[in-house]
Amino acid sequence: MATLLQVKNLTKSFGSVIANNNISFEVNAGEIVALLGENGAGKSTLVKSVFGLLRPDQGEIYIDGKQMAPGDTAAVIASGVGMVHQHFQLVPVMSVTENIILGDEPKDGIFISIKKAEKKVRALSEKFGLAVDPTANIEDLPVGMQQRVEILKALSKDVRLLIFDEPTAVLTPQETDELILVIKNLAQLGVGVIVITHKLREVMALADRVVVLRDGKVVGTTTPKQSDEAGLAQMMVGRNVVLEVSKGAANPGQPVLSVKGLEVFDDRKLLAVKGVDLQVRSGEILGIAGVEGNGQRELVEAICGMRVRAKGEVLVGGMGTKDMHPHAVHEAGLSHIPEDREKHGLVSSYSIADNLILNRFDQQPFARGWFRNMSAIKKNADLLVKKFDIRTTSPAALASALSGGNKQKVVIARELSQDLQVLVAAQPTRGVDVGSIEFIHKQLIAARDGGAGVLLVSAELDEIISLSDRIAVMSGGIIVATIDNKNADRDYLGRLMAGLSA
Amino acid sequence: MVGVVTKMTKSVMRSKKTIYLYLVILAIAIAYTINSVSTVAVAASSITFGLPLAMAAMVGIMCERTGVVNIGIEGTLLTSSFFGFFVAALSQNLIWGLIAAIASGAATGLLLALLTVSWKMDQIIAGTIVNILATGLTSFFYKQGYSLPAIFPRWSIPGLAEIPFLGRVLFQSGPITYFGLIFILVLYFAIYHTPWGLRTRAIGEHPSSADTSGISVLRIKYTNVVIAGAFGGLTGAYLTLELVGSFDRGFSAGKGFTALAIMIFGRWNPIGALLAAVFFGFAQALANQLMIDGLVNIPGPFINMLPYVLTIVVLAFSAGKVRGPAAAGQPYEREKA
Amino acid sequence: MRFIRAWITPLIALFIAFAIGAILMITQGSDPVKAYQSLFTTAFSTQEGLAKTFGKATPLAISGLAVVIGLRAGLFNIGAQGQLISGALAAAWAGYAITGLPMIAHVPLCLLIGGFFGSIVGYIAGALKAYRGIHEVITTIMLNSIVLQLAEYLSNGPLKEEGSIIARTPEVLDTAKIGSVAGLPIGFFLSGLLALGVWWIFKKTTTGFRFETVGKNKNAAWYAGIAVKRNTVFAMVACGALAGFGGAVETLGVVGKFEPAFNQGLGFDGITIALLARANPLAVIPGAILFGGMRGAGPTMQFSAGVSPEIIDLILAIVLFFVTAPIISRILKLKNDTTTQVTSGWGSN
Repeated sequence: MATLLQVKNLTKSFGSVIANNNISFEVNAGEIVALLGENGAGKSTLVKSVFGLLRPDQGEIYIDGKQMAPGDTAAVIASGVGMVHQHFQLVPVMSVTENIILGDEPKDGIFISIKKAEKKVRALSEKFGLAVDPTANIEDLPVGMQQRVEILKALSKDVRLLIFDEPTAVLTPQETDELILVIKNLAQLGVGVIVITHKLREVMALADRVVVLRDGKVVGTTTPKQSDEAGLAQMMVGRNVVLEVSKGAANPGQPVLSVKGLEVFDDRKLLAVKGVDLQVRSGEILGIAGVEGNGQRELVEAICGMRVRAKGEVLVGGMGTKDMHPHAVHEAGLSHIPEDREKHGLVSSYSIADNLILNRFDQQPFARGWFRNMSAIKKNADLLVKKFDIRTTSPAALASALSGGNKQKVVIARELSQDLQVLVAAQPTRGVDVGSIEFIHKQLIAARDGGAGVLLVSAELDEIISLSDRIAVMSGGIIVATIDNKNADRDYLGRLMAGLSA
Repeated sequence: MVGVVTKMTKSVMRSKKTIYLYLVILAIAIAYTINSVSTVAVAASSITFGLPLAMAAMVGIMCERTGVVNIGIEGTLLTSSFFGFFVAALSQNLIWGLIAAIASGAATGLLLALLTVSWKMDQIIAGTIVNILATGLTSFFYKQGYSLPAIFPRWSIPGLAEIPFLGRVLFQSGPITYFGLIFILVLYFAIYHTPWGLRTRAIGEHPSSADTSGISVLRIKYTNVVIAGAFGGLTGAYLTLELVGSFDRGFSAGKGFTALAIMIFGRWNPIGALLAAVFFGFAQALANQLMIDGLVNIPGPFINMLPYVLTIVVLAFSAGKVRGPAAAGQPYEREKA
Repeated sequence: MRFIRAWITPLIALFIAFAIGAILMITQGSDPVKAYQSLFTTAFSTQEGLAKTFGKATPLAISGLAVVIGLRAGLFNIGAQGQLISGALAAAWAGYAITGLPMIAHVPLCLLIGGFFGSIVGYIAGALKAYRGIHEVITTIMLNSIVLQLAEYLSNGPLKEEGSIIARTPEVLDTAKIGSVAGLPIGFFLSGLLALGVWWIFKKTTTGFRFETVGKNKNAAWYAGIAVKRNTVFAMVACGALAGFGGAVETLGVVGKFEPAFNQGLGFDGITIALLARANPLAVIPGAILFGGMRGAGPTMQFSAGVSPEIIDLILAIVLFFVTAPIISRILKLKNDTTTQVTSGWGSN
C-alpha cells in the first residue's frame, strides 16, 4: 500500500498550552485511521495542521512524499485532500451547488456556469450515492442533509485523502451506521480516511488502525482486533475508567416540573416544539434523548422562560410561570445549566465571583436595594470555589482564564448553590475533560438525591442511559416515547430518535 | 455567454418589476408631454444628484459584501476630492487630479483594510478614524485661492445624444458619469455571476467556508476594500472635477453617510442602490424644479433629510427581512485548536 | 504600576500626535515650540483662557460621558452629535420663549428640557435597536443628519431671530444663563458631578451591572434574567439625555443662543474623548479639559506662530488613531491591552 500522508514530529502550541507534542503518524491509500482521544487531546489541532488551516511550530507534513508548505490550504486541497468539518463549512444563504463549487467554479467565459456546476453536482451525488437537491438553499436543509453536502463538497475535488472531524455528533445511531458504510465504501475505492472521534463504538466498527492521543501526544497505535473498548478507553484517559456511573435507586416524589401542550418556534419562525407534555418528579432524573436539532434547545429555552411559548404551559412546583421572564422562572426555583456556556452561561470578561452570582446579582445578600454588596459576593465566591473544586488562582480572576471543565464547574456551582426544585441541565458535559465529567455526573446525582427534579438533555446517548431514571425520546419536535431506564436499549432508542415507529 | 446574459435579463424583468418599470415610463411620458423642458431638467438632475450617491454606495457594497463594514466612505470622498482638486489646481491638469483622487481614495481603503483585516480592529471605530483623519488632514492643508483650469467636459455620444429625452438625460454627460454607470452594471454582474463574486459573497456571509475551500480570505478582502477605496476616489473626483469645480472644508457634506443609507435601501445590490440613489436624486431635483417654477415651497432641509428618514422607516418596517452580509463587522480569525 | 500600565497607551498616543503636529508645523515653516507654548499658556495659565478652556470642556465632557455609557452597555453612540444639537436647540427655545421665571427655576427647567429632547433622539435609536434589531450605528448616523436638518430648518424658520441674516435663535433671557464661579463656568462643575455619578453607577449599583452585562454578553444577560431590550433602550435614553443636557449647557453657558454652526463636531470629539478615556467616566474629565483647551486656544497659534488652528483637528485625529489602533500595544507587547470591540455587523443584533 502506498503511503498517502506522512506526519513527522509535528508540534503546535497555543500560548503556554502544547496542543500537539511531537506527533508522527501516517495514512495509507484505502486505509481508515481513527484518531481517538478525549476533548482537548489535540485531535482537531492535528488535522487542522494537516489541512493547512493551522501553522505547526515544528514538524513536516508529506502528501504523496511531497512536503507541504505550512498553512497553505489551497495547496493541500490541490494535492487531493478533503475535509468534512465538525462545524459545517457551508454558506447558509447559498445553494447546494454554489457551496460545492466554491473555490473551483466551472466557468463559461468569465461567468460561472451554473448549468455545468449543477451537472457536476448531480454526477457526484450519483457516483457516491449521496442524494441531494443541487438547487436547495443550505439553510433550508436538515442537519443530516447538510452533512451530505459537506461530504460532497470534500469529494468534489478528486479526493484521495478525506478527513472527518467528529462526523457523527449530529447523527442518529442509524444515520451513523449509514455514514460508516459510506466511509468504508470510499476506502474500498482507494481513498485514505482519517476519522476523528471520541466514541469507542465507532472506532471498533470502522477503523483499520487506531491512533490514540492524550495531552497532545500519541500514546499508542493499535487495531480494533488487538484491543477492545475498555482497553481503548484506558489508553485514551490514561487510567482505569468507570464507564458506568454508580447511583442508588431513585426515590421519586411529587411532580415539580410539568410541561403541558408546549409549542415553540425556533429562530427561523418554524415550529420546533410541536406539543410536548412531560413531568419531572422530585428525586428523579428524566433524560431527554434525541439527535440535536429536534427541538430540544427550543424546549429547554421555553421551559426556562427565555423563549416565547406559542402554546401550552410550564408549571414549576405546581405554579404556572410566564414566558419571556427568565428571572421569574428562576425565582420559582428552577436552575438551568445552559447548553452553550460561552454564549449563555458566563460573561467571560467578568470575574469568577461575578459569574457565580450572575443571575442573583440583584437579590439578597448580593444586593441591598440598588447597591451591590461586594463583600457578600466575595464570600460566596470563596466558598463555592472551594466546594466545587474550581481550579483558579483567585476568585477575582476572569472567567476567560479558566479551562472548559472549570468554566462548566462555575456554572454548575452557581446553579446548584441556590434553593432549587428543578434543575434543567442541557448538554452538561459537552467539551469537558473526563475528570470533570465524572465530577459533574456526581453533582447531578447528588442534586437528584437532594430532592430536586432533574431534566437532563444530552446528545450523548450513553450519558442519558447511564444517568437517567426515565428516558423521553424527542424527535421532530415531539416526545415520541417515554420509557423506564430498565428498558433502555440503544437500538430501540436509536430507532425512536430517527422518528421510526418502534 | 449570450445565454447567460439573456437569462439574467429575464431574471431582472420579473413580472412585478416590469409593471413598475412601465409605470415609471408612463409617468415620464405624461410629464414630458405636459412640460418637456422641466421634465428633462428634472430627469437630468436626478442623475446628477443621484450618481455620486450611487457611486459612493458601491464603495459600501463592495466592502460589506466582503465582510468589512465601511462607515469611512465620507472620509474617502473628502480625501479624494481634496487631493483631486489641489493636484489638478497645482498642476493645472485634470488628469493628474483624477489620478491623485483615485490614488488617495485607494489609500483610505488600504488604511481601512489594514485596521480591520490585518489588525482586526472594531470596524466602526476604524471607519470613524478614517473620517476624522480625513477631516483633520483636509482642513489643515486646505488653502484658499486655488482654482481648476476647467472641469471635465461633457461628451455627447454621437447618435445616442440625439434621442429625445434620453439623449439629453444620459448621453450628454461627463466621462466619469459614463464610467461610473458602466462600473455599477459591471459590478452587479460580477457579484452575482463570476467566481470572484461568489467568493466575495461567501466571505461576507461565512468566511471560514471560503477559507476551508482554499480561498485566501485575506487577499480578497484587501483587494476588494482597496478597489472600493479607489472607486470612492473616483467619486470624489467626480464631485470636484466634473460636477462642482471647487473644493471647500467639509466638501463631501455627509454624502458618504447618505451612501450608507442608499446601500441598505438598495439591499446591498448594485442595481438596487443605483435605483435608490436616482430616486433620492429625483426627489431633490423635483423639489428644486417645483420651487423654480414657483409651484410649491418645500424647505430644503426636508428634502435633504428624505434619504435618512426613509431609510429608518424602511428598516423599521422590514425588520428581519432586510439582511446584510452576515459576517460584516466581524474580523475573521481562524478558529483555534 | 497598574496605573501607568492602564494609561501608557493614551499618553504615548498624545505624545506621538503632538510630535507629528510639530513636524507638520516645521514643514510649513512655523515654530512648533512657539505654537505649543502659546497654545498651552493661553489655555491653561491665563484667567480668561482658563474660563474659555473649561467652557469648551464642559459640553465635550458631557458628550464624552454620553458615549461612555453607550460603550459600557455595548452600544456605539455615534449619535451624540444629534442628541446634543436637539438638546441645545430645545434649551435655547426654552431660554427665550419661557418668560417670567426666576433664574433658580428657569435654568434647571431649560437643562431638563434639553436633556429631554436629547433623550427622545436616544430613545428612537434605542427602541429601533431593541425592538426592530436595527444597528444603533446606522440609526444614529441617520438621526444625526435628520436632527441637523431639522435644526437648520427651525433656526432658519419658525425659531429664527427676527431681523437676523443668518440662521439663529434669539438670545436666551438672562434668567436662563449659566454664569461662572471664581472665573470658572458653573457648567463645568456640573459635568464633573455627572462624571462622578456615572462612575459610581457602574461601580456600585445593580443598574450599572445590568448595563455592563448586556454590553459584554447579551445572551448571558438574558439567561441571567436581565431584560436586555429594556436595558438597551434605557441605556440609549441615558446617552441621549446626557448629550442633550450637554447641548443645553453649551447653549446656556457659552453660546447664549442656538446657532447651527456653533456646536458642530462636539459629538464627534465626544467619541474621541470617550475612547481616549477607555470608557472610564472619571478619565473623561481630564480628556475633555485637554481637548477644550486646545479647541479654545487653537486660534492663538495663528497670531503667535502662524499655524492654522486646523492643526488641532489633525492632532486630535492622530490621537484617536493611536489610541484605538493596536500599534502602541504591539510595540510595547502589552498583554491586556485589548482594543475596544463594541460593535457588530448590521446583519446581527
